[in-house]
Amino acid sequence: MGLLSRKVTCNSHGQDSSYFLGWLEYEKNPYDEVKNPRGIIQMGLAENQLSFDLLESWLDKNPDVAGFKRDGQSIFKELALFQDYHGFPAFKKALLDFMAEIRGNKVTFDPNRIVLTAGATSANETLMFCLAEQGDAFLLPTPYYPGFDRDLRWRTGVEIVPIKCTSSNRFKITASALEDAYQRAQRKNLRVKGVLVTNPSNPLGTTMTREELDLLVNFITDKEIHLISDEIYSGTVFSSPAFVSIMEVLKDQNLEKTEIWERVHIVYSLSKDLGLPGFRVGAIYSNDPIVVAAATKMSSFGLVSSQTQYLLSAILSDKKFTKEYIAKNHKRLRKRRSMLVAGLEKAGIDCLESNAGLFCWVDMRHLLSSDTFEAEMELWKRIVYDVKLNISPGSSCHCTEPGWFRVCFANMSEDTLKLAMQRLKSFVGSITGHDRSHQELKNSRRKFRSKWVFRLSFQSFHDREQDER
Amino acid sequence: MVAMSKIATGNGHGENSPYFDGWKAYETNPFHPTDRPDGVIQMGLAENQLCFNFIKKWVVKHPEASLCSAQGVNKFKETALFQDYHGMPEFRQSVAKFMGKVRGDRVKFDPDRIVMSGGATGAHEMVAFCLADPGEAFLVPTPYYPGFDRDLRWRTGVELVPVVCESSNDFKITTNALETAYEKAKEANLRVKGLLITNPSNPLGTILDRETLKGIIEFINEKNIHLIGDEIYAATVFMEPEFVSISEILEEVECNRDLIHIVYSLSKDMGFPGFRVGIVYSYNDAVVSCARKMSSFGLVSTQTQHLIASMLSDDDFVDNFIMESKERLFRRHKYFTWSLSQVGIGSLKSNAGLFIWMDLRKLLKEKTFEAEMDLWQVIINEVKLNVSPGSSFHCNEPGWFRVCFANMDDQTMEVALLRIRTFMLEHNKAMVPRKLCSRSSLKLSFSRRQDDFMSQSIMSPHSPLPQSPLVQART
Repeated sequence: MGLLSRKVTCNSHGQDSSYFLGWLEYEKNPYDEVKNPRGIIQMGLAENQLSFDLLESWLDKNPDVAGFKRDGQSIFKELALFQDYHGFPAFKKALLDFMAEIRGNKVTFDPNRIVLTAGATSANETLMFCLAEQGDAFLLPTPYYPGFDRDLRWRTGVEIVPIKCTSSNRFKITASALEDAYQRAQRKNLRVKGVLVTNPSNPLGTTMTREELDLLVNFITDKEIHLISDEIYSGTVFSSPAFVSIMEVLKDQNLEKTEIWERVHIVYSLSKDLGLPGFRVGAIYSNDPIVVAAATKMSSFGLVSSQTQYLLSAILSDKKFTKEYIAKNHKRLRKRRSMLVAGLEKAGIDCLESNAGLFCWVDMRHLLSSDTFEAEMELWKRIVYDVKLNISPGSSCHCTEPGWFRVCFANMSEDTLKLAMQRLKSFVGSITGHDRSHQELKNSRRKFRSKWVFRLSFQSFHDREQDER
Repeated sequence: MVAMSKIATGNGHGENSPYFDGWKAYETNPFHPTDRPDGVIQMGLAENQLCFNFIKKWVVKHPEASLCSAQGVNKFKETALFQDYHGMPEFRQSVAKFMGKVRGDRVKFDPDRIVMSGGATGAHEMVAFCLADPGEAFLVPTPYYPGFDRDLRWRTGVELVPVVCESSNDFKITTNALETAYEKAKEANLRVKGLLITNPSNPLGTILDRETLKGIIEFINEKNIHLIGDEIYAATVFMEPEFVSISEILEEVECNRDLIHIVYSLSKDMGFPGFRVGIVYSYNDAVVSCARKMSSFGLVSTQTQHLIASMLSDDDFVDNFIMESKERLFRRHKYFTWSLSQVGIGSLKSNAGLFIWMDLRKLLKEKTFEAEMDLWQVIINEVKLNVSPGSSFHCNEPGWFRVCFANMDDQTMEVALLRIRTFMLEHNKAMVPRKLCSRSSLKLSFSRRQDDFMSQSIMSPHSPLPQSPLVQART
């Protein structure tokens, strides 16, 4: 056999991690209310399934879009031929208006600064190709989305150095954690090109505070490096505090049109906010015209289908609809999260207080047989095979402390969620002993709590074959 | 300002070449039959616009193919959520079937070997990432599609070494040329990992005969290197001889199948470049597996997968489309080449593609690439046609130009031909005054014959603009 590239034989695609088992197990035995009620319930999939009825009703009211028509005239040919990497102007405008709306219209975006890509997966990789050489590094706060190991590193040769965040302060980014990460990179002889944050956070489900954002701006100013803010979940902030975008912070600090302004880049996508991961709609927004120019050319390797650009330009241009969608989506997400949290509480499980995302970051440290990642894996396997819930272990997100799991709540029906919580309750009951009261459980948990009272929700994060977050 | 990567700030994207002057000229002054009758006519864009009315009829009759229609919306949610990089099974099955039909059902394709990519552009880059490490090389026969310089090299760090083909034997790929290129790579300390062929050829419009294909298979097996066959123009073979795919040859000769990979797309055969449907089909399991993971960087929108699956699983539509498309390409090609021959312009004999390889060597002031550029400037600025100079395709001999004929309606074609005729008449006047009279009468008799070729009236001032102002020129 002819030799293949090193990329084929290495593990940087990230799919050999043991927790892949959960995904495979789910595929072998997927839960179905009628056909397979004892199957595995998927809680490792950060999908937003709560608001499709709104989209479907919009489609019903707007038949022109279906027939590739605009004002009654067929534009099929025009769409089929449109392959300009500058993107469909009407779509870019509508997308940016939507992004501005999500940010409370506190920032305005320039259509000349946006680059469309095939999903955020492609956007993140493209930014690496633009900003870093092979062997350079980006700093990422842990825990982080496992897909970054592939998206940022695989074909680019860029390294990731973790900014270690801990439960002691609710996983917030601190100045010392940033500095520590930077020094570690230096000791490994890695040139740091930037910091990449996900805000709102995956897997935490929290929005960054203004203090954290100011800290980041100071850090990248001091070190003269880039900042990428992956804001893919910005439309899922369902309760306070309100989302503060990095662009708003730069504006408030009067940094517009400065050099620092040009080193900040945003990644966005419609996979989470609108629940359309299949349509592959991603975007890079950069204040640096050279990055925009290079990324635009690179987008040739993964353009958004013109058919999809057209559909979404129609939907997102309907401002009445987008306003209503955002509000209803938030309401539904908030309710769903409450359901999950309540269910977990009944099982004696806490989670990190969160106000965004499609998942909760759950504290199961008290259920570990020992404070180790081996024990976390042990617990995880039991939850997958015995409890039949596919959740995602914190180690897959590079969490520094064992015992945390990401559990999704927006990718199933209410009944399925209730069933999942019942299963969990029974499981916890069985491993902690039936005679242990809920109070005893709470007492044992106190060992793991710090000064603040947390509401924990049980979650698991599960990596998959596809672009799942 | 902190540095960006070398990839981002360098010229690997290939867009700074003078070749793009033609695009700029077109973009600043695009032809329109009524609004801008003196504008530049785009003949540098290899698009297939001849069958849209045929396809549109199907789209209208099949609203369920659109997820947005009342008939299709019941599939909206599950399709919008589906992001599995294996792709929708019905999409893969219908594409595999289509690829088989395009090859006269002489071979069958396995849907499980079909991997999606962001167009053929994404497919080529992905294959390069899978087969080669930075600094390694692929051999590519010249002349070749300029986009390869970017697609195969830019972000991958892979090198391209030309396999020089000559007009003296109609640019055939000879074993001699392959060996020479291989040796040259060796001398330059480049490890050759594969050979990339485009069959049917862009820009030549020709197909590889069986003998050449067998020679190529023998060569790559002997050197133990990969063969990437870009068959993006497979359904545009409008005339004998019949297309022979690599997939067919594999059934006829000894070959290590792990070395064989096909790149495909619907951009040319169906005229859907905007939908970004690229395919990598590999006979190597490890490559399929790796490419599938890499396809995450350029999956096909499931909205489009759904449309394509519906369309291509309609056997009657597909059979009729393939036939109709060939027929229209054949007629357009025949008329265009005949019209050119009437004014003394020849082209390489071709039976495929959306363009001809025009021979303007005798119009060069001297046999140099500078003279080719001069002539090209004249064609763009005076004749007002955007054609593509052979040098941009790495042709080793000046004077050849790629001219596209399938990206415009009949009326625009007539205007283009009129301009060419006018230019040639003036050129011939300047060269040989005495022959002027006979050429004038030739012009008259020519116009009478047009009606034989064309059923529609020419130069209708009320024709709608076929080109959308949204379409910008790309390679």
